[in-house]
Amino acid sequence: MNIENPSVAIKSLDLNFGAVKVLQDLNLDIAEGEFLVLLGSSGCGKSTLLNCIAGLLEPTDGQIWIKGNNVTWAEPSERGIGMVFQSYALYPQMTVKGNLSFGLKNARVPKVEIEKRVARAAEILQIEPLLDRKPGALSGGQRQRVAIGRALVRDVDVFLFDEPLSNLDAKLRADLRVELKRLHNQLQNTMIYVTHDQVEAMTLADRIAIMKGGKIMQLGTPDEIYNQPQNLYVADFIGSPSMNFFEGRLDAGTFKTDGLDLPMVGYAFAQPKAADGNVTIGIRPEHIITGELVASAPVQANVTIDLVEPMGSDTLVYAQIAGKTCRIRMDGQARVKQGENLAIGFDPARASLFDTASEARL
Amino acid sequence: MADTTMHALSGPTGPKPKKRLSRGNIIVYGTLLMFSMYYLLPLYVMIVTSLKGMPEIRLGNVFSPPLEVTYEPWVKAWSEACTGINCDGLSRGFWNSVQILVPSVILSIAIASVNGYALSHWKFKGSETFFTILIIGAFIPYQTMLYPIVIMLREGGDFLTWILNEPLEWVGLEGPGRVRIMGSLTGLVLVHTVFGMPILTLLFRNYFTSIPEELFKAARIDGAGFWRIFFQIMLPMALPIFVVAIILQVTGIWNDFLFGVIYTKPETYPMTVQLNNIVNSVQGIKEYNVNMAATLLTGLVPLIIYFASGKLFVRGIAAGAVKG
Repeated sequence: MNIENPSVAIKSLDLNFGAVKVLQDLNLDIAEGEFLVLLGSSGCGKSTLLNCIAGLLEPTDGQIWIKGNNVTWAEPSERGIGMVFQSYALYPQMTVKGNLSFGLKNARVPKVEIEKRVARAAEILQIEPLLDRKPGALSGGQRQRVAIGRALVRDVDVFLFDEPLSNLDAKLRADLRVELKRLHNQLQNTMIYVTHDQVEAMTLADRIAIMKGGKIMQLGTPDEIYNQPQNLYVADFIGSPSMNFFEGRLDAGTFKTDGLDLPMVGYAFAQPKAADGNVTIGIRPEHIITGELVASAPVQANVTIDLVEPMGSDTLVYAQIAGKTCRIRMDGQARVKQGENLAIGFDPARASLFDTASEARL
Repeated sequence: MADTTMHALSGPTGPKPKKRLSRGNIIVYGTLLMFSMYYLLPLYVMIVTSLKGMPEIRLGNVFSPPLEVTYEPWVKAWSEACTGINCDGLSRGFWNSVQILVPSVILSIAIASVNGYALSHWKFKGSETFFTILIIGAFIPYQTMLYPIVIMLREGGDFLTWILNEPLEWVGLEGPGRVRIMGSLTGLVLVHTVFGMPILTLLFRNYFTSIPEELFKAARIDGAGFWRIFFQIMLPMALPIFVVAIILQVTGIWNDFLFGVIYTKPETYPMTVQLNNIVNSVQGIKEYNVNMAATLLTGLVPLIIYFASGKLFVRGIAAGAVKG
């Protein structure tokens, strides 16, 4: 995807810590007003990339452009960015107001203007009653709001979030997630958001970049990432419970493994004529059809239930398919028991096929 | 039914009472008592002796309280006792020590705190090596450095003399004349500052390392530079460790004898050196009461510091404990 006048552009960025290559030849264009999520497990380089964009780490090679300016060597404060940290990083000895205005004072913004901007940020984030308190007297959610406010008052082009919700409890996290989305709709700033939580990524992002070992494995909308994972890693990483994988062979448009033949009817191959060879098929637990709809499914089978995990909203069923334990996600109200027979169906159009050797999507 | 409940409640309630004279308590308090005696008895002897006149001391009752309390020895120790040609007591040494102490403490802590801050949050290429070298400095015996420092102070003074006088003479003006660092209070202040550097830097570095890095990053994004982050973010959070550093330096420098005797001269001897000269003087009779008073006077400053800051000291030591 080519973006004209990107808000943030990262051009063949490298970063080495000694002999360790943390970021490798990274390219990324982020559009004006886009909410981009950098997603990956710990150590994948997502926070490192964010720190590079912020100017807190010096890249070994490559360039970073923000709003058409090359800022690779600019000071963090000169880049037009604001950053929100996981631990909030509020200055403990200053009041909320002091925290909000610290950056503006450093930039020698006139007093009247500071007052105006602090008042506006406090109104947007609904922290007006807290302005004279110290961070120690705030709850986690309030602290994170102040931290966002600190970026807000500086009128920055790009917001950077480094796992901002990870220190909050589950309920508050969900609330703030919604608030963050609302804030983005209201402000329309470019936002780059680092997280290891795929729910946050899927719900917030316009586009997600999934990272592994300092490289971007896939960049796309949440829909693309979920439905068309470009490689095995992404397919396995996204989705909970995770995808079922079967290794086998592709033979004239049919996936074959011991005891299972799956004609890939309706599957959108990347190349119209996929070569035969060793492939891995990925099937999401929620894409296995059960109940009345089985009759209309292109592929049908009967399995014996090994184990049932009722979770309230859904029921996770484990069964043997082609000699492998397979996860099937059923409705929460499905009354199934261990040892019962279960009729299942599947639409190959919803599967993902990967070349076993290269791990790339076919 | 009601009766039985009443009955149950009328018995003894609350936790099981503890015996005050349990075996554990006797051992703990006995040990504590023994050790406090061990330390307090000499102090007691010193205090009572310093309040006795010489005739009473000659009676030899070391532990008996003074029959006739006299403050004469204290006055003599402070303002009349002779060391060499000077007969103005310890007061001269006291003021010398103050003049050494104040600038040494301020200078060493000011430099070490910036060192520690830079080494924890502004790591540069080779900063770890630099830190290691600095720490090794704490393990080298002072004795090996004594004479090299004498030379450095002397040559440094000569260099200053040259640089301050020569250019002025070229244009026909008169310079300030000979500048001496060796033997002056300035020289000793420099020595104390340098020797305090390894341990103080370690102390400050460990403390600043414990301050979250994200706080520092946030300040940088807010446009604060090296000094602004130091003064406005780090310093307000570093009070406990400053207290520890001040206590370490005040007591260390006040109690110093070796550097004092080597790098100063009789007029500028610190109090400890002067105390030694009073106590160890071989002329005339040994005035035990004056010696005791002089020793107590010299020890007063660290004693007051410890008493005044005990709690803060413990808290700060815990905060600056070796980490990362």
